[in-house]
Amino acid sequence: MRSRTPAPMIAALGAAEREPALQDALNEPARTPWRLRTRLLGLAGLVALLAYPFVLNAPFPQHVMIMIFLYALMAQSWNILAGYCGQISLGHAVFFGIGAYSSGFLFATFRVSPWLGMMVGIAIAMAAAVAIGLPTLRLRGHYFAIATLVIAESVQIVFQRWEFVGAASGIWLPIVRENPLLNFQFNESKIPYYFIALGFLSLVCLAVWYLERSKAGYYFRAIREDPEAASSLGVDVSRYKVLAFMISAGFMSIAGTFYAQYVLVVDPETVFPLTLSILVLLIAVMGGVGTLWGPIIGAAVLVPLSEFTRIYLGGTGGSVDLIIYGALIVLICVFRPVGLLGIWKDWRLGTAVGGAKNRGNA
Amino acid sequence: MAMLEVKGLTKKFGGLVANDDIAFAVKEGEILGLIGPNGAGKSTLFDLLTGFQRPDAGYVSFLGRSLLGSRPDQISRLGVGRTFQKLRPFDHMTVEENVMVGVLQHTANLRVAREQALGALFFVGLLEKRGAHGHMLSTGQRKRLELARAMATRPRLLLMDEVSGGVDQRSLPGLIDLVNRLKQQGMTMIIIEHNMQVLMSLADRVLALHLGRKIAEGTPEEIQNDRKVIESYLGLAYA
Amino acid sequence: MTREIVIQAIISGLLMGFVYALIAAGLSLIFGLMEIVNFAHGEFLMLSMFSAFWFWALFGVDPLYSLPVTAALLALLGLVVHYGIIRHILRAPMLAQICATFGLAVFLRALAQFLWTPDFRTVIHPLVEGRVEVLGIFLGLPQIVASVGCLMGFTLLYVFITRTETGLALQATAQDRQAASLMGIPTDRMYALGWAIGAACVGVAGGLLSTFYFVFPEVGFQFALIAYVAVALGGFGSILGCLLAGVLIGLVEALGGLLIDPSFKYLIVFGLYLAVVFFRPQGLFGRF
Repeated sequence: MRSRTPAPMIAALGAAEREPALQDALNEPARTPWRLRTRLLGLAGLVALLAYPFVLNAPFPQHVMIMIFLYALMAQSWNILAGYCGQISLGHAVFFGIGAYSSGFLFATFRVSPWLGMMVGIAIAMAAAVAIGLPTLRLRGHYFAIATLVIAESVQIVFQRWEFVGAASGIWLPIVRENPLLNFQFNESKIPYYFIALGFLSLVCLAVWYLERSKAGYYFRAIREDPEAASSLGVDVSRYKVLAFMISAGFMSIAGTFYAQYVLVVDPETVFPLTLSILVLLIAVMGGVGTLWGPIIGAAVLVPLSEFTRIYLGGTGGSVDLIIYGALIVLICVFRPVGLLGIWKDWRLGTAVGGAKNRGNA
Repeated sequence: MAMLEVKGLTKKFGGLVANDDIAFAVKEGEILGLIGPNGAGKSTLFDLLTGFQRPDAGYVSFLGRSLLGSRPDQISRLGVGRTFQKLRPFDHMTVEENVMVGVLQHTANLRVAREQALGALFFVGLLEKRGAHGHMLSTGQRKRLELARAMATRPRLLLMDEVSGGVDQRSLPGLIDLVNRLKQQGMTMIIIEHNMQVLMSLADRVLALHLGRKIAEGTPEEIQNDRKVIESYLGLAYA
Repeated sequence: MTREIVIQAIISGLLMGFVYALIAAGLSLIFGLMEIVNFAHGEFLMLSMFSAFWFWALFGVDPLYSLPVTAALLALLGLVVHYGIIRHILRAPMLAQICATFGLAVFLRALAQFLWTPDFRTVIHPLVEGRVEVLGIFLGLPQIVASVGCLMGFTLLYVFITRTETGLALQATAQDRQAASLMGIPTDRMYALGWAIGAACVGVAGGLLSTFYFVFPEVGFQFALIAYVAVALGGFGSILGCLLAGVLIGLVEALGGLLIDPSFKYLIVFGLYLAVVFFRPQGLFGRF
């Protein structure tokens, strides 16, 4: 169907051998390879992550780390849709809740392995993303954000009243001692949860890493920058927006299943709250949106902060972390909308070149 | 057979008729110039041809296929490329990545896409800037970038919204030369251009629009001496 | 179910509708002016309710008397937010715009929780209390006062925008910032004014609400949601659309709660919104 006359560009390419500048450009690697020091640091980090739960073998440090992984997983999912594709969802808790309810309900009622339940959850979350996305992703910017907010609130109300899935009291997952791996329940130690969470986080990061090197990833970013210009280049904008939404929702629902298995209770107040959607956004924005490492850095900074304020300040201190997050987010948006990662990069660039010029505000 | 055929194209915005019963055709390998004072409906015409706006009446066929009701991305995949009057580079992507988005219409292989993008950048003379971001370029450079991006989709027909607008005198000859090289390679184009001199040197045929209507069509020389065209410009000058 | 109950629901829905309309009008004014949604709008409302509450609790001043002060305080808050935050993000990417006001909402709500605990509070024995019976229909007096107050506020706003020079300048800025600034309108000051007025609208609504509604840090969210819905229904930036949408929501909520199930009343409102978004994205009364 697409028989075209050879484009002038191809003719220009033919001149590559005679044009040293083009030849050089073609020979240079698409991305600068990691330096030895970076590789060694990465290796050390990996070893530290693997050794961590055995070295700090106590529930609290393990719990904090698990929460970091979980929130980084969620923030990364959100990042795929918002950071890369530019569609800002304020209701991502919907997909977290779908994941938690799918596996939780199937396990509590039919003893279906939560791993299978997780797959069902992913499928439902993706279907929901299509159903929600097709009409709402036509809306521009602020309107889309409002629509997601309203939908999330509606879904929470539905689950609060839906007797079939336990209404407001939710679902209590039965504690099962045998076959922990199949039943995704580890009552003896947090270490298995630690590694499963790390695995899920690695999975979503791998997906983002791949996305950055794929056609879809380029299309997502083009849509984020300028949907009309993107469509003039042949990008089917609504199709790719829905695709980003689906991928994002799928990973978010994995986080939901993990959470359900970790706390063994699923109820509307904890899996569909606005606070969750907010936290996910704050973490990603804080760390740096549209980057692979941003959400991880955001989670590594914010999660310990809230865990510790909760401990040291007790009940009323429960909101101190949010005061700090809120203020930080406003400051970041007003002064440098590039997140901690961007600030750090600029700082490094600045010290290296002696004055950060040409810094883009992403 | 004409590559592009337009008949009775009409677009209204409320009471304002932006395009009124426009008809013309473009042959393969031809460069059609579009002139007319501000508000003549030139950019609206581009938007109608590329699916960014729906006409109220009329007919557009490209290589024998109707373009009516097609989305911009579908029209792009059929082989119609365009640039925008208000330049719209993807600001937070590098120049190279900008052009790759265009190439990716034909391949999912990023290595191939990068090679072709570099070829396109070489062609428009932006190879040196491949690592820069959109917002770091001058207007002339951004024009080249947009051209490279549109060319990267390998269009059979290219709609260029202003070659010279906003470009300083120093970069203009380079841009004109670029369009000329495209022409030599057999590219079919429709060019919106305010600068008569520039248009005369590029276009095979010129279409003059005024207040949404076609007022003249002919060779550059004929248009230059057309009474109605001169009046529409002069009328504006004296208004 | 008697006819009186239905009529009563309709009237209380109408009364609440005027309150919603004023809250939404503040939001819509700001949006129409600079295409920025104030995601902290609900928190503005919460603060105005607390302002009224503390005037009553600390100084014994009734919310109706402190209303001008509350409105002024909120206008001040609007100015601070504009000069401190919004002015810097006018040309920023959308993400920064959304996150800035959203972050502000998180901050204000958490701050309120920290300072005043998440408890529910009420103004006990306000100046106007009790209810009246008219032809077998019972209506709360505070509701009537709040509703009339909000309607008056709305009328003032509408007259200001359509009949005064400053109001027309506001409208011109909303329509075309560049043209307005060429005509010599100080657009930056218009933006500031928009924030001040928008916040003051919420201040009036909040002060009046506090006479019959619980005051707590999270109170703003549900009202904000309804305001977003009203603004989306009414067509973004359309002030009169807010009035119609606010009343419509009030009616749907009251009748839905009565005829179907009180716990579903918000769901019905949200469902209405989603239906409109899907079929008429420009809103019921939108201009385009």
